Amino acid sequence: MSARNELHAVMMLVEDKPGVMSRVAETFRRRSINIDTITVGKSEREGLSRIIVTLRQNAETVDLVVRLLKKMIDVVEIKELDLSTSILRELVLIKVKAKDRDERSEVLQLVNIFRGQVVDVAEDSMVVQITGAPSKTNAFIELLKRFEILEITRTGIVALERGASFYADEGNNSD
Amino acid sequence: MPDGATLMVKSLEREGVKAAFGIPGGAIIDFYDRIRDSNINHILMRHEQGAAHAADGYARASGKQGVCIATSGPGATNLVTGIANAFLDSSPVVAITGQVPTHMIGRDAFQEADIVGIVSPITKFAYQVRYTNEIPAIFRKAFQVAVDGRQGPVLIDVPKDVQQKEVPESVLEETSVNYLRPSRSPDPAKVKSIAKLLCDSERPLLICGGGVIASGAQDELLALSDYLMAPVATTLMGKGAIPEDHPLCLGMLGMHGKAEANLSTFEADTILVVGARFSDRSTGKFSEFAKQARLIHIDIDEAEIGKNIKPQCFMVSDAKLALKAIYDEVVRISKKRENTAWSRRVKELKDTFVPLYLKEAEGGLSPSKILRILREELPRESVVTTGVGQNQMWAALHFDAYSPRTFISSGGLGTMGFGFPASIGAKVARPEVPVFCVDGDGSFLMTSQNLATVAYYKIAVNVVVMDNRYLGMVKQWQDMFYRGRLSAVELGETPDMVKLAEAFGVNGARVGSYDEFRSAVRKALRSDVCNVIDVPIDPNAKVLPFVPPGRLLKEMVM
Repeated sequence: MSARNELHAVMMLVEDKPGVMSRVAETFRRRSINIDTITVGKSEREGLSRIIVTLRQNAETVDLVVRLLKKMIDVVEIKELDLSTSILRELVLIKVKAKDRDERSEVLQLVNIFRGQVVDVAEDSMVVQITGAPSKTNAFIELLKRFEILEITRTGIVALERGASFYADEGNNSD
Repeated sequence: MPDGATLMVKSLEREGVKAAFGIPGGAIIDFYDRIRDSNINHILMRHEQGAAHAADGYARASGKQGVCIATSGPGATNLVTGIANAFLDSSPVVAITGQVPTHMIGRDAFQEADIVGIVSPITKFAYQVRYTNEIPAIFRKAFQVAVDGRQGPVLIDVPKDVQQKEVPESVLEETSVNYLRPSRSPDPAKVKSIAKLLCDSERPLLICGGGVIASGAQDELLALSDYLMAPVATTLMGKGAIPEDHPLCLGMLGMHGKAEANLSTFEADTILVVGARFSDRSTGKFSEFAKQARLIHIDIDEAEIGKNIKPQCFMVSDAKLALKAIYDEVVRISKKRENTAWSRRVKELKDTFVPLYLKEAEGGLSPSKILRILREELPRESVVTTGVGQNQMWAALHFDAYSPRTFISSGGLGTMGFGFPASIGAKVARPEVPVFCVDGDGSFLMTSQNLATVAYYKIAVNVVVMDNRYLGMVKQWQDMFYRGRLSAVELGETPDMVKLAEAFGVNGARVGSYDEFRSAVRKALRSDVCNVIDVPIDPNAKVLPFVPPGRLLKEMVM
């Protein structure tokens, strides 16, 4: 699989039980598919969690993995998101070296342009927070590379489709 | 108030379980205390791998879930090979394991193993029960998941304290949960286009796999084949879906398939593959398989479509419903075919290669002839299981199966040692028919300790040991691809199979001629105990035809 592959996002609703995450991850591992980001949290439905997996793979591989996951007993709903009609967001915390006033104000400017926040300032470093679509957060990180980046932590991507419901057939969700 | 162990047994009874195969131990002792009082026929095996294979054999012979039971730790891990085997061959095995008490889990307690974690990639569903009142619902779910859609194994892990805790009897009645989904029915538009493709084709070929047997689609398959004069090739798992003495049956295809079956995949113009998954052992080189033909794939498992080979047209459906619908549509839009150029070509192909299969070995009894004699002597409905290796491929090639669920073999995983315990399960499921295991000496020795089980319970299964004193299939590869440099394949003169049988208290016989073999089989058929028939065969006999791995199906070594 080349690194040129496009970003895909898969959304699923799974039983909120121990071991489910590991079975989902196992399905990717078994086929040597690297997960870009994975986020999980309680959904709007009692007892179900929503997982968003993003990966860079060819469309066929993503399609196969969706069909494999669909078979899992604990996976209640699954679909690949259409990125053109979905909202993707992530939150990134970046600790960057900024030892003097000039550097600090430069970082601050960038943060303002990207509508981020400075959440901590220490003697020679700052922690900034940025949220947004992956294209925005990636661009921001690229720009910050002029300074020395000490640490980055990212939440991974959460996503929702615009407008219409995720559920394949609303009438059928009897549970 | 009933305890968890009682609920486990009652749940099994409620699912209609008649027999179970297992070995007790500390973490499952409460369950064993209760099963003593039930009508479930518990067969004590001598190794848990055998218990899993026996449950698998039971499931494949009967079409119902097969149950195996083990204690925690080593008992559970010994089941793993058998569970993986059932997973690869889509067999509905329900494994029940004891577990250390919940407060000890994760502390590396005595005989603790994370069996749910271990089997997660090789089960459809694996669950550790944490509360006693969950037991009835979890058992119901496990039994249903095992047979829902594409069948496969499930595992229920029950900690000891969960088995011991008492809960109100009412939890049993409260479980009316239904996890079964209705059979996936065919899409009418796709049925129409598939039927049209078949009717437009001059040389249609049907390839059927284990899915045809799992869904009981043999009548629909035969009807479609007859109507279109379309020959049928089967995978190893599909063997028995069509009577192999039927003029349109080409037999097994693939690496060790029949030449006529393999060549037909190059001559057909349309190929309908039903309930099969394009295993590399069936197709040869993926990119070259049936390139000239329009390929149609029907499977109940959506994830199988296009996994190895991309079809031009596919349908996700139960095999029986699909074949029925396609047959009806074919009948509606076309006339029944008789004696076509294609059916004459099929006959010609079959006639060409029959003499090849009759060729006899030189330095000992010929495996193919032994298997033909066995076929002549066994009633049509008899069940045959196999080990893995040369014995298995010889049986697939030379022992004709006439009906579904009568040829039971480890296809996907290729588990040596599967045949004998599987035959125990098959015999328990179908005591009214003769059951024979065709095994190799290497394969048989891997699970032969279960001879003690058949001796103890007087289970009248019979074993034909194709005895060449080698790990024959590996030897064949070393002979053909490694310049005859044999490495770690010679088994030597031990054990004496007859004495081995006798040591366990069952009958043993060694045969030196075809006539002796025939009479040994007849004697076994009259016997009500286990018979081990040791057949010294030519150690240089090979399984032929043979398509070297990664090659085209027509590049057979004959």
